Amino acid sequence: MASILTIIISSVFVNNFVMSQFMGICPFLGVSKKLDSAVGMGLAVTFVMTVASAFSNLAYTLILVPLEKEYLYTIVFILVIASLVQFVEMVIQKISPALYSSLGVYLPLITTNCAVLGVAVLNMQSGYNLVESIINGFAGGLGFMMGIVLFAGIRERTAHNRILSCFEGFPIALISAGLMAIAFLGFQGLV
Amino acid sequence: MIIQILIPLVILGVLGVIFGSLLGFASKKFAVPEDPLFPKLRDVLPGANCGGCGFAGCDAYARAVASGEAQPGKCPVGGSACTQAMSTILGVETVQEAPQVAFVHCSGTCEATSDRFQYHGVLSCREAAMLPGGGQKACAYGCLGFGSCEQVCPFDAIHVIQGVAVVDEANCKACGRCVKECPKHLISLIPKDTKVRLACANAERGKDVKMVCEAGCIACGLCVRSCEAKAIQMVNNLPKIDAALCTGCGACAEKCPVSALHRVTQEA
Repeated sequence: MASILTIIISSVFVNNFVMSQFMGICPFLGVSKKLDSAVGMGLAVTFVMTVASAFSNLAYTLILVPLEKEYLYTIVFILVIASLVQFVEMVIQKISPALYSSLGVYLPLITTNCAVLGVAVLNMQSGYNLVESIINGFAGGLGFMMGIVLFAGIRERTAHNRILSCFEGFPIALISAGLMAIAFLGFQGLV
Repeated sequence: MIIQILIPLVILGVLGVIFGSLLGFASKKFAVPEDPLFPKLRDVLPGANCGGCGFAGCDAYARAVASGEAQPGKCPVGGSACTQAMSTILGVETVQEAPQVAFVHCSGTCEATSDRFQYHGVLSCREAAMLPGGGQKACAYGCLGFGSCEQVCPFDAIHVIQGVAVVDEANCKACGRCVKECPKHLISLIPKDTKVRLACANAERGKDVKMVCEAGCIACGLCVRSCEAKAIQMVNNLPKIDAALCTGCGACAEKCPVSALHRVTQEA
């Protein structure tokens, strides 16, 4: 129980995927203009990361380890994750067209989102079992969602501020992202 | 040795086949029925993706028309032929809109006006317009002539000739990109059949205009007096022509001492 709590706190706050490992920056910057689409993206990434953790762990322990082909993990994880994202995309398009159109091009981008591949690789390197992997993936997704939602809130507040014209748009977004990352340094040493 | 190569191949091959068939099954199971009108409408649109209709591109516009959120006839590129085709697909009456064209309200060529200083910055109107006094041109209202409009035009229909942007009306599709780009707000969309056009935007009068540009409107008011249809009024030291009253006789353009008013002769 204690180790599970440690995993959760570690991947939500201390080793937050966006803020301290700098993974998944593309959707973090791309879909953080509006709060509601940021929530949608956060939920999609959380879901994909949880499922990807589970399936990549299964693929690793059930296929690669018995066959002693562990070195194939990168390409197998990519295969698993890419198929998963395709599947999630189809499901979202069917169930919620509004979410589908608001996520737009960013949903296929989850495929190449390194936070998703990163969580699978980290699970394997840390030697997590299936339950721990799923929890780590879910908590990592929660951390991503927290980061993107907080960031979207900041961007919505600053959208209509008077900013030097050379800083408008992405420059000011990158500066605020950097400041947020510095703030997350405060969690360092917690676990 | 050969086994060492074959095993990974088999693993990845089998995984690929499994995932592929799962996805194939899912794409049937979760297929979203598309509006049958959408592909037809998209085929009619020119595919320029210029955004002149106000939507993100031809696809977005076709989707909006298919779902009834937008009307046909917003496409400036396709013109009336496109409107006709879209209306036929939808089965509604054609709403004809007068074709429009972009027009630059400035005739301050290199000969007519001069530069206040030599500009050595980035060759973009937006950059130059940020300078004190609004750029290097002597006339603070005039075309800067760096061709930002030329760069954004998707149809190669506007060119800087002798320091002033000139619209090539045969190619202009009235998408409005240049209208948005011009930092001096000199370009506007006007009906293509507008007969008399004012090519000046200087809101000063008399000597103040004459000092900076020979082709600028000095607000003398001769056009107002010469107009038999009483279609011209002076607004902000510039003549404003009421299109509903204008007969296109061209008396004002003949009287204009600086030729800021142009009479356009239409061949069609």
